[in-house]
Amino acid sequence: MSSRKLSIRAQVLLWTAQRASAAVLAVCVIVHLITIIYAVRNGLSAAEILGRTRGNVAWAAFYALFVAAVVVHAPIGLRNILSETFGWRGAGCDIAVMAIALTLAMWGFRAVFAVFL
Amino acid sequence: MSSLAVRVWRGTGEGRFQEFEVPRLESQTVLDVVTHIQRALDPTLAYRFACRVGMCGSCAMTVNGRARWTCRTHVDKVAADGRLEIAPLANLPVVRDLVTDMVPFFDKWAKAHGGFEGGKSRGDDFERVPPSSPERRLADAGIECIGCGVCYSSCDVVAWNPDYLGPAALNRAWTLVNDVRDTGNRARLGAVAGDAGCHACHTHMSCTERCPKQISPTAAIAGLKRAAMDAALKGEI
Repeated sequence: MSSRKLSIRAQVLLWTAQRASAAVLAVCVIVHLITIIYAVRNGLSAAEILGRTRGNVAWAAFYALFVAAVVVHAPIGLRNILSETFGWRGAGCDIAVMAIALTLAMWGFRAVFAVFL
Repeated sequence: MSSLAVRVWRGTGEGRFQEFEVPRLESQTVLDVVTHIQRALDPTLAYRFACRVGMCGSCAMTVNGRARWTCRTHVDKVAADGRLEIAPLANLPVVRDLVTDMVPFFDKWAKAHGGFEGGKSRGDDFERVPPSSPERRLADAGIECIGCGVCYSSCDVVAWNPDYLGPAALNRAWTLVNDVRDTGNRARLGAVAGDAGCHACHTHMSCTERCPKQISPTAAIAGLKRAAMDAALKGEI
């Protein structure tokens, strides 16, 4: 079971998804950094930040996109690191990184809901 | 007459470096040094060479940590302090001393569908390929590879993943992808894509930096990545 590999097409689509998600992340990280700097320099309290994000569909959509990009990008990169650095390949590795993807998704979307609802 | 302090790998993967003192000569190449050791100091030294003029690619070795053609490497370019360390090519099994087993290297050319697959018979007319066509130019950029293994030996990804096809096999595949006469490209793109193929390349560019023929396997691999991605998105591989 552990020696089973993804199909070549699936491997290529993972590579494509990682590149595409990297492009999304590049924009998201810049917007996020600007947001942090704005909040810190203007001394916004937690309540003031939540006042801006609660019920704001645009912020929720932006951070949902950010989380989705992380969920796609990080596990694929981790899969490469595990295979190249530690020699872990096959179904076991793929299932492990899928579990990490689901965990990241759970944590990330939970945070988005927490500042939106 | 001054001399060179030369450390040469002896044995197989379990071997060690042996030190020799070799007379320093004008216009001396690293291959001259190895030849002097075998002919004058230790006739049991195993190494491989053929043409001595940079045409055959059989004398590639690791010289002071970098893969090079020894016949085209002047000692004064690499041993300014009078010291040389000569080892077999990395990433390949060592047969003995400085001789590597090139079988895994050429097996990967076959795995990458590195042979031309034509669709015409001798009764058909010649295919006319304009020298200025984009495909012909892309094929020309990589066609002069002579299979010396310097790029393969210099590649980090080959060291990390023994299944990785490597720069030379992928460069060869890219020349065929751009050969308008070839009929095997759908299967070829499937063979060179994925975790052990072009998509594993990290674009470190060691292959491109060290290729003695100034070929850029990195550019060829980038082309394969795009072509294979297009094929995967269309469901062709």
